[in-house]
Amino acid sequence: MTQAKLTFRPSDEVDFVIIGSGAAGGVLAKELSTNGFRVVVLEQGPYLTESDFTHDEIEIFTKHRLTNDPKRQPTTFRQTEQEKATLQPSVMYGRCVGGSSVHFTANFWRFHEIDFIERSKAGEIPGTGFTDWPITYADLEPYYTKVEWEVGVSGLAGASPFDPPRSKPYPMPPLPVKSSGVLFERAARKLGYHPFPAPMAILSQPRAGRSACVNCGFCLGFGCEVGAKSSSLASVIPMAERTGRCEIRPNCYVHRIETDKKGRATGALYFDAQRVTHLQKAKAVIVCANGAETPRLLLLSATNAFPNGLANSSGLVGRYLMPNSSAIAYGVFDEPLNDYKGYAVSRVFHDFYELDAKKLGFYGGGGLDARFDFTPVGFAMNGLPPGTPRRGKEFKKALQQNFTRTMEIFCHATSLPVATNSFSLDPDVKDAWGLPALRMTFKDHPNDMRMMAWMADRAMEILDAAGAKTKWRNPITEQRFAVHLLGTCRMGNDAKSSVINPDHRTHDVPNLFLCDGSSLVTSGRGQPTMTIQALAYRAADRITALAKRGDLAGQANHAS
Amino acid sequence: METVNSARRDFLLHVGGAAGAAWIAAQWPAILVAAQHAHAAASANPAPAFEVLTPEQAIEVEAISSLIIPTDELPGAREAGVVYFIDRALKTFAEDAKPVYDQGLAGLNRMAGEMFPGVARFSAATPAQQEKLFAQLEEESQSGQRLNRRTRTSDGMNFAETIWFHTLAGFLVDPEGGGNRDYAGWKVIGRDPAHSFSPPFGFYDKDYPGWQPAAPETETK
Repeated sequence: MTQAKLTFRPSDEVDFVIIGSGAAGGVLAKELSTNGFRVVVLEQGPYLTESDFTHDEIEIFTKHRLTNDPKRQPTTFRQTEQEKATLQPSVMYGRCVGGSSVHFTANFWRFHEIDFIERSKAGEIPGTGFTDWPITYADLEPYYTKVEWEVGVSGLAGASPFDPPRSKPYPMPPLPVKSSGVLFERAARKLGYHPFPAPMAILSQPRAGRSACVNCGFCLGFGCEVGAKSSSLASVIPMAERTGRCEIRPNCYVHRIETDKKGRATGALYFDAQRVTHLQKAKAVIVCANGAETPRLLLLSATNAFPNGLANSSGLVGRYLMPNSSAIAYGVFDEPLNDYKGYAVSRVFHDFYELDAKKLGFYGGGGLDARFDFTPVGFAMNGLPPGTPRRGKEFKKALQQNFTRTMEIFCHATSLPVATNSFSLDPDVKDAWGLPALRMTFKDHPNDMRMMAWMADRAMEILDAAGAKTKWRNPITEQRFAVHLLGTCRMGNDAKSSVINPDHRTHDVPNLFLCDGSSLVTSGRGQPTMTIQALAYRAADRITALAKRGDLAGQANHAS
Repeated sequence: METVNSARRDFLLHVGGAAGAAWIAAQWPAILVAAQHAHAAASANPAPAFEVLTPEQAIEVEAISSLIIPTDELPGAREAGVVYFIDRALKTFAEDAKPVYDQGLAGLNRMAGEMFPGVARFSAATPAQQEKLFAQLEEESQSGQRLNRRTRTSDGMNFAETIWFHTLAGFLVDPEGGGNRDYAGWKVIGRDPAHSFSPPFGFYDKDYPGWQPAAPETETK
């Protein structure tokens, strides 16, 4: 574990304090420090490195080594605003340097043109705050390319007829195909679909001093022991540190953004590992704490001038939570796939990216992937067909037969933005630091439930066409747990209907910027990290331009 | 230990097979760390002494875990050292499950005597009786009957579920996690203990010709 090397003192007013070192925070730290600014990144979790990562499921999953610990940071859940929320784990996010990009699957699809203009194309959908983005795919394209080349994405340009335009091919070929991918590809083609090699943020070749994937098989949920998974930790954070102008300060739990009498942010107040409070002063504050903790921090930072929470004049901080819809089907085959080897996903298709709402009776779209993402213990607990005995000879025989012969088809899809789906502060429950706990209010829009059921039916057809001898699907149930934390401080041009402007600047506080999953206006089709990082590269350009023209504190537009 | 040595050897061989010397030169430090890590952890088998469970409790825990994953021509929970994993769990990640075990094991022994007069403890029951006992325990746990007596503690932990999970974990966790002794569990499920793999991985990808765009005649859309 790396200990903090203090480059700056909290009392030094650095140019930027960035809260969170994940997908977005890592990119902003790298870009801004490279552009000559002094940057402190405050990360609530530890600074782990490759040698700290293990294949120990107990260590990872029951001790929450890489993620938020529901015991120390409890969360509550309710479906509607009329209910009193009850204690239950409701979110999971990476809580270590690199954030969720350390443990994620690394599916790295770009959004398509449609994702930015859905409202215009589809029209109004009752019960939603569906709206277009203030930026388009064309605005983000150069930054998607930058992510692929700098963070490191393997894939094959032109392989999907549904892909949006791109200015450059992928920097590396796709990772090797898995048996699940071959079965999926053949079956999907038989049914007339267009499967293609999955774009993955995992290196298929050594690059920039990092290893290629060694196919160890402990990928989703785990930190990569050889640095092949393109987490912020493996990719951009070392670049940021090499500038000599960026300090990554781990074990710092930010609980308040301080503001002055003029309503400008002055820095971030945090607990260090010993729970001593410090104020890191900065000319500007950038919050990249994820779509749950970013709104929570703004709500925790209320003042007399901002009684409903910082940057919340719109009342939308925390609202429009979109966790993406999903459905999973499973198939067991005659011969061993040995899909436990390697990374999770090798084939995808996007034929359902834009579904015909008139024909199907629901709005949305998504992508399907072929995968196996079970660990051995996880498989024994959840990977066998329904009705399999849970102990004894038959159980053991099923484990023996199925572990190497099972694959999954994972359907990823849109979530509609519903204003009452939100993160807020729980009025009663406190975390281990005495701060109000995160409260999630969520009920899937009925449209999304219909779409998930439809997707699961298609997945079952593919398993049939692939020749699965046994197949089943998870029941479609309302979601009560979120991993993709999207939309909760949405971007827009109008201060009344959004929290940040297209420069990621909050409408209310000129030197406060937000960039992470909370910035998204719509949900995309289920793989948000690529877009979060493209937004972060773009935000870094916009913020750099503001700083260079002396407009960081908003003198030009926000003179007070 | 032969298994570990050969796993490590295979691991290094795989590395060599993957892409040659230049690749190894580039990857060596990271891979060496990973291999040593696995080696050290797997060598440190738990000593055959219990730190939390009493010897009597250990006998019952082993009997229950063997009911869940029995020994046949392939190793079961017993050969994987699940009872040692559980003993260690009860002073580490599952420390708060200690009362669940104390109550659950005592309750199950009482239940054995109630259901099968003359049978003093779970481990003394026949396999068929053990199956009935555990099924009854599960049923009571699910229905919440006799709450606080032997199936759940006051905070709601369920003994049947807890020992089921711990048995699976102790059987199948990477030996770094202190279970799955000599990769016994992975032998059963067919997981090669090597630390890295090269394609082809399985039956269906071994003759894959490489990705090609769909031929126009197969296009139906």
